[in-house]
Amino acid sequence: MAIVYIPTPLRQATGGRSKLTASGRTVKELLDGLERIYPGIRQQLCDETGEVRSFINVFVNGTEIRQLEGLLTPVQDADEVSIIPAMAGGLDEDNGGMREPGSGIRVRPDVATDP
Amino acid sequence: MLELSRDQAGALIKHAEEESPNECCGLLAGRNGRVERVYPGTNVDHSPYTYLMDPKEQLAAFKEMEAGGLDLVGIYHSHTHTAAYPSRTDVAKAFYPDALYVIVSLARRDAPDIRAFRVADGQIREESVIVR
Repeated sequence: MAIVYIPTPLRQATGGRSKLTASGRTVKELLDGLERIYPGIRQQLCDETGEVRSFINVFVNGTEIRQLEGLLTPVQDADEVSIIPAMAGGLDEDNGGMREPGSGIRVRPDVATDP
Repeated sequence: MLELSRDQAGALIKHAEEESPNECCGLLAGRNGRVERVYPGTNVDHSPYTYLMDPKEQLAAFKEMEAGGLDLVGIYHSHTHTAAYPSRTDVAKAFYPDALYVIVSLARRDAPDIRAFRVADGQIREESVIVR
């Protein structure tokens, strides 16, 4: 059984559990196994074609599976599989930022300080 | 609510200034909105317009946080020329509804701004930032 680390945004699907054990010879089999126990989790991780969504990184023993064999990356007993949604963002192409409701873009002169 | 020490707030602003004109990014770990540890990250986009924290650094930080019993309190990044308010792209790419999205704005170099937002289901809700 491999150990699977589930990040906070996906713990709703696992009843709050952050670490699971799952069996499978590949990452794909392991995700299939998780889906059987926690229906709906695969849809959060994979797109309609079955590929891992672009903003999701899956690590096997610390290496992202896109640098290995993707979903066919072999998984062995006691391997550590970590599922990590990306932390990303950026400016919009049109106006470079969203207008804050009401006041337009605002820049506050200072940070709130508690004396 | 996000609670930072003066040193932590200073570290965020310093990180933003050092990476400028590119955006910086990183993680804030702690408990109940109170930051105990800042994890500066590498913006692998190396861009003034976008950020993507190095996923390997993210994994390493998460493991350390798990071992130390700390939660992911916030995810920070900088806006070098615009206000500290989430862009539509920030909202579209906000995959951590439980974390605060913290934005450091350098739009006014003499008065950097730090603001925190809860971003979930496409909705933005500002939360207070306390520096003490």
